Amino acid sequence: MATNAESGDDELQFRDPEKAEQLTDELEALMAEIGEPVNVMHVCGSHEQAIAKFGLRSILPDDLTVRMGPGCPVCVTNMPEVDEAVALAEEGKIVTTYGDMFRVPGTEKSLADARDEGADVRVVYSASEAAEIAEEEPDREVIFFATGFETTAAPTAAVLTSDPPENFSVLSAHKYVPPAMEVVAEMPDTDVDGFLAAGHAATITGYGLFEDFVEEYDTPAVVGGFEPIDVLYALARLLEFIRDDEAGLENAYPRCVSREGNVPAKQQLWEVFDTTSGEWRGIAEIPDANLVLSEDYAHFDARERFDIAVDPGAADPLTEECICGDIMAGKADPDECDLFGEECTPQDPVGACMVSSEGTCKIWLEYGGQPDL
Amino acid sequence: MCLGIPGEIIEIDGQEARAEFWDVEKTVRIDVVDEAVEVGDHILNHAGFAIRKIPDEEVEETMEIYESFLEGDEDEALEEIGAGEGEQLGIEGR
Ligand code: SF4
Ligand code: SF4
Repeated sequence: MATNAESGDDELQFRDPEKAEQLTDELEALMAEIGEPVNVMHVCGSHEQAIAKFGLRSILPDDLTVRMGPGCPVCVTNMPEVDEAVALAEEGKIVTTYGDMFRVPGTEKSLADARDEGADVRVVYSASEAAEIAEEEPDREVIFFATGFETTAAPTAAVLTSDPPENFSVLSAHKYVPPAMEVVAEMPDTDVDGFLAAGHAATITGYGLFEDFVEEYDTPAVVGGFEPIDVLYALARLLEFIRDDEAGLENAYPRCVSREGNVPAKQQLWEVFDTTSGEWRGIAEIPDANLVLSEDYAHFDARERFDIAVDPGAADPLTEECICGDIMAGKADPDECDLFGEECTPQDPVGACMVSSEGTCKIWLEYGGQPDL
Repeated sequence: MCLGIPGEIIEIDGQEARAEFWDVEKTVRIDVVDEAVEVGDHILNHAGFAIRKIPDEEVEETMEIYESFLEGDEDEALEEIGAGEGEQLGIEGR
């Protein structure tokens, strides 16, 4: 890896070996005080990436396990949602979506497969780019297959409140994180002692949102950034709470996250979206965690506008063997999946966790199975 | 799509701005950012939208942290800001 000649080591906090060592010593000491194994869960693909990329698991105390949770909105998008997007594309409409979503398999095919067969599917990098396509193609229906948590739902909302073209609509697969944390916290066999909450989603919603959660589930939570030092620091704060048997909440990512979050963005978000219950792929039916367009914006709702004829063909029998759901609920590791790296690869993914750059299976494969460098 | 990338605002036109991400210039919307932004400010870009203004005193540190984080992993960052084929982040030392 290239070194950055201009910035000295001391400026690069997370590379600062001294600081990293201090933190790992602190973690060891805290674990000794706690005196029993601890399971914490993160709910952010970016956390898994930081942990894997920098080999953090190898420097963590042995009896501290960091589990991955439902941290990637691509991974938790349910297959029938992909099927809806595919069906619209196959009807000759223009379907736009983020790059991460493009290759995620639906029941029978992905949007990439549909495009190979001639459908007009376009990868965009923002919701506004999708609306621009609608402007350029006034005679076509342009659908934005919208995925992501709060951080991308707020931009989708911004586009809808700024008067997009008539031929533009949204197929929302947006998801809202906090209810999913509640469901996971309640799963009897998940056994989480504390949560490392997702820094980026909290940029929008603010960490204040977790106050009720912490109290109700009697589980501490720390909002953490995704640079290695941030992760180590957040883990240390979490272990302190666990040691003190305190269901506390701390913001260890003040660089990006405030208590209130981004207030105007939140207002827009809740003007445009309502929550509804729905299935998170492989995990469970989660109450109030799917974002759908509110009544005022129903005319931009692709589900209202079109009669989406989803015809789920026979599901790939391999998907039955995919354990993505267990992985995201913190019950299993990718290498426990029989398909891992064999039948299921980033080039030919069976489950969504192998597709996205922050999907746990892809990360583990990329960094050599169990990324315990 | 969840990785926020910091960039510097170089031009503002209504709700749109041009921002520079290590030499790559891209358009970002600034209507969901938490504060008013001006040319010269740094923002965190998320899927084409500035979602946060980075406080001046944190800019340097934030940029450095990202530079290290993105090293060797530029593809995702490029995808994140919607860069075209062949574009490269001008991260120092690469
Ligand atoms: S390896 Fe593939 S099939 Fe197995 S859990 Fe991961 S994504 Fe699913
Ligand atoms: S792959 Fe990463 S960026 Fe894409 S949705 Fe998942 S967590 Fe977000």
